[in-house]
Amino acid sequence: MAQPTTTLNIRVVTLRIDERDLSAREDETIIDVCRENHIPIPSLCHLDGLSVWGGCRLCMVELEGQNRLFAACSTRVAEGMRIHTQSAKLQRYRRTILELLFAERNHVCAVCVSNGHCELQWLAQQCGVDHVRVPYRQAAYPVDSSHEMFRLDHNRCILCTRCVRVCDEIEGAHTWDVMGRGTDCRVITDLAQPWGSSDTCTSCGKCVQVCPTGALVKQGTSVGEMVKDQHFLPILARRRHAQ
Amino acid sequence: MNNAKITVATAWLDGCSGCHMSFLDMDQRLVELAQLIDIVYSPLVDAKELPETVDVGILEGSISSEDDLEKAQQFRKHCKLLISLGDCAVTGNVPALRNHFKLADVLNRAYHENVTLQPQIPTRGVPALRVPVKPIHGEVAVDVFIPGCPPSAEAIWYVLSELIAGRMPEPSTVTRFGA
Repeated sequence: MAQPTTTLNIRVVTLRIDERDLSAREDETIIDVCRENHIPIPSLCHLDGLSVWGGCRLCMVELEGQNRLFAACSTRVAEGMRIHTQSAKLQRYRRTILELLFAERNHVCAVCVSNGHCELQWLAQQCGVDHVRVPYRQAAYPVDSSHEMFRLDHNRCILCTRCVRVCDEIEGAHTWDVMGRGTDCRVITDLAQPWGSSDTCTSCGKCVQVCPTGALVKQGTSVGEMVKDQHFLPILARRRHAQ
Repeated sequence: MNNAKITVATAWLDGCSGCHMSFLDMDQRLVELAQLIDIVYSPLVDAKELPETVDVGILEGSISSEDDLEKAQQFRKHCKLLISLGDCAVTGNVPALRNHFKLADVLNRAYHENVTLQPQIPTRGVPALRVPVKPIHGEVAVDVFIPGCPPSAEAIWYVLSELIAGRMPEPSTVTRFGA
């Protein structure tokens, strides 16, 4: 449980999550409190150390007295909040979101370098997605292998924007961005130039490590070999904020 | 449980047979299973006809050809409970990768571009290919899904033993896409 800090004027609030009475700092988000208390909430765009995006909608929770759902990553806790994270409705929505992600692009786990180390694959299993009820779109997306160290496979991309945020906020290069709308939406390097010809990319590989799927990987990896290491992120993020 | 054994039929559509191999990987548990189930139709046994009524049907592979579709429809018609076994049956998986290309290009690649002797596209005695390749539940209703490429023998054992015990299995507790 989060200990109240005596520095600054941050108050402690009490709240109830899934019938558990908890206390938290008032500047924390619901997902922070859930993670501290080992209450499982699925998420794909949220990553400790990066700014809040609120795009994947997997972390939606129910608040008593409110007739809409709230994203746990972008909602601050408040005194007396009563939160439900595991209702049948939420589980159904999470399942549907994951199925839509699988149907949108081409997540063929069996032939993916991230097989066995993929957050999308893992969440599908956690949320009981044993098949996809909607038809697969079957649209082919390009692969950019122009960078000498890394590879971008748009087929595996779920548009979580972790790469965009880590490159901008932690590395400070802002090589990545997003272009297009709907099914044409994709992450780009520089002004949609091949990654290998980017003037701004420092080849630090942070984007590769934070990518939850097999969209950003090291060159030369084979099926199941792309193991990601995100330990650097909370350390670097804390130091950035301390400056 | 009464003495009548549970009847099981299996078929291999567009897959690599790895799921059937994984079934055989149950090793000594197959002996135990044989006390409880009767495999009445399968690539693993000699029966040529799917019986009128089968308790459990298990399909490996995706629906890629007219023959696959017919088999899936026959299984749905004659099996009380239908299981999609493995990622090809559940998602389309590797066979469905051809959906990104025109069928004519795929056939040309296989039977003309990469062939040095008598290049020709086979048309006689082979079922016509369908577009697009679909998972089983894209064409017929499926009751139980066992993802995995292939699902482990343990996963298949778990699902079958739960069904034999009269419970509905939750395959996500033991297997996943690409497992």
